[in-house]
Amino acid sequence: MSFETFADFLAMGKHGLYVWLCYGVAVLVIAGNVLALRRQRRRFFREAAALQKRREADSA
Amino acid sequence: MHPKRRSRLFVVLFLVVGAGISVALVLTALNENLNMFYPPEQVAGGEAPVGAQIRAGGMVLDGSVNRDFETLDVSFVLTDYQGAEFTVVYSGILPDLFREGQGVIVQGQLESDGQFKASQVLAKHDETYMPPELADLSEGHQKKPNPLNYDQ
Amino acid sequence: MPLKTLWHRMGSPRWMYQMSGSWVWVLGVMATVLLIVGSLWGLAFAPADYQQGNSFRIIYIHVPTAIVSQSTYMLLGAAGLVLLVWRMKVADMVLATAVPFGMSMTALALFTGAVWGKPTWGTWWVWDARTTSMLVLLFLYFGLYALRQAIPRQETAGRACAVLALVGVINIPIIKYSVDWWLTLHQPATFKLTEAPAMPPEMWLPLAVNVLGIYCLLGAVLLAALRLEILRRERDTQWVRELVAAR
Repeated sequence: MSFETFADFLAMGKHGLYVWLCYGVAVLVIAGNVLALRRQRRRFFREAAALQKRREADSA
Repeated sequence: MHPKRRSRLFVVLFLVVGAGISVALVLTALNENLNMFYPPEQVAGGEAPVGAQIRAGGMVLDGSVNRDFETLDVSFVLTDYQGAEFTVVYSGILPDLFREGQGVIVQGQLESDGQFKASQVLAKHDETYMPPELADLSEGHQKKPNPLNYDQ
Repeated sequence: MPLKTLWHRMGSPRWMYQMSGSWVWVLGVMATVLLIVGSLWGLAFAPADYQQGNSFRIIYIHVPTAIVSQSTYMLLGAAGLVLLVWRMKVADMVLATAVPFGMSMTALALFTGAVWGKPTWGTWWVWDARTTSMLVLLFLYFGLYALRQAIPRQETAGRACAVLALVGVINIPIIKYSVDWWLTLHQPATFKLTEAPAMPPEMWLPLAVNVLGIYCLLGAVLLAALRLEILRRERDTQWVRELVAAR
C-alpha cells in the first residue's frame, strides 16, 4: 500500500482531481458501452415480438 | 433530388470534408511543430524576433529559479550549457516535470530588454518511470541526455 | 474441428450466435475482474513515480485505452480486407459493430492524456505528431460511423466502410512511430519488444493486468454487438422468430 490513510489515497498527493476525473470518466464510458448494448438488445426483442404479433393478427 | 443520388452526394461531401479536416489537422501540427523553437544561442544572440509570439527552449540553469510564493511569479534562466543563456519570467503554475537541469520549452514573447515573457511553460520527460526510492539509488539515471535536442 | 470447417461455419450467422452466447459472459466477467484488480493495484499499491508523483497513476487507464483503440482499428482494417476479398458476412458485421467501442476508447485515451498532460507537461493539448495522429484516429472512427449512417443500402455502406477502414490503417504505424520520427512532447514508448521495460515490475504488472482486462472488454462488447447485429439481419428467419417467441 503506498498510502498511509484513506484520505491520502483520495487526495493522491495534489493530483486527486486529475486522477479521479480520469477514472470516473473511464467508468462512465465503459458502463455506457455496456448499457447501450443491453438497451438495444431489449428493444430489438420488444420490437420483433410486436412485429410478429401484428403479422399473426394480419394473417388470421 | 433522387434519394439515391442525394445519399451519394452525402457520401462524397462527407469524404471531402473528412479528408479536408484530416489534412488541416496535420498541417496545423506541422505548423506548430515542436522542432521549431529558438535555442538559447539565438535568443541571446538577438536572432529571435522581439515582440512576436515565439517558442524558445533550453535547460533550466541550476539555482536560477526564483519563485514569489504570493503571486505565483517565477523567473528562471534557460541555458544551453555552452555559454548562451536568457532569463524567462512567467506567472502561473509550473508543470510537475519542471525542475532545475530539465529541458523546457517556453512560449511567449521576447521583450526588448532581453527577458522572455512566457505565457506557457512546457516540460517534456523521458520514458523512464520509477519509484522515488529507486531514483535515489540510481542517481545517474536522472542525468540521462535530455530529450530536447539542439541539433534539430 | 478442422480449420476449414471453422472458416465455413463462421459464415453461418446462426452458428455464430449460438456459439458466442456464453463467451460474452466469460469475457465480460474476466474483463470486470481484471480491470478492477488492475486499477486498484495501480491506484493504491503501485509506488508513485519519482518525478510525477501520483498523477502517473493515470497511466493505468490511459495506456490500455490507447492500445485497444488502435487494436480495434486494426481489426476494422482486417475486416475490411476480408469483406472486400472474400465477401464474408461476418466481416461486414464486425465493420458495422466495432466502431462505437473503438471510438469511445480513442476519445477516452485522448481525454485521459489531456488530463494527465495538464499538470505534468503544463498543457491540456499540444499539436505534436503523437497527439495529432491520435486525433486523426478519432476522426477516422467518426468517418466510419457517419459513412454507414449516410448510405442506406447495407451492401454499399459495407464496401465504402471497408475501403475507408483499409485506407485509415496507414495511420496506425504513424501513431506508433510518431514519437521516434518527430520531436514530440509525448515521450517515447516505455515498452518495447526488444528491450526490458523502462519501468520496474511493481509498476508495470498492474498495467499488464489492465491491458489484458481491456482486451477482454473488447471481446465481450464486440461479441455482444455482433450477436445483436446477427439478430437484426436475420430478423425474418425461422430461428430468430423462434428465439423471439420463446422470450
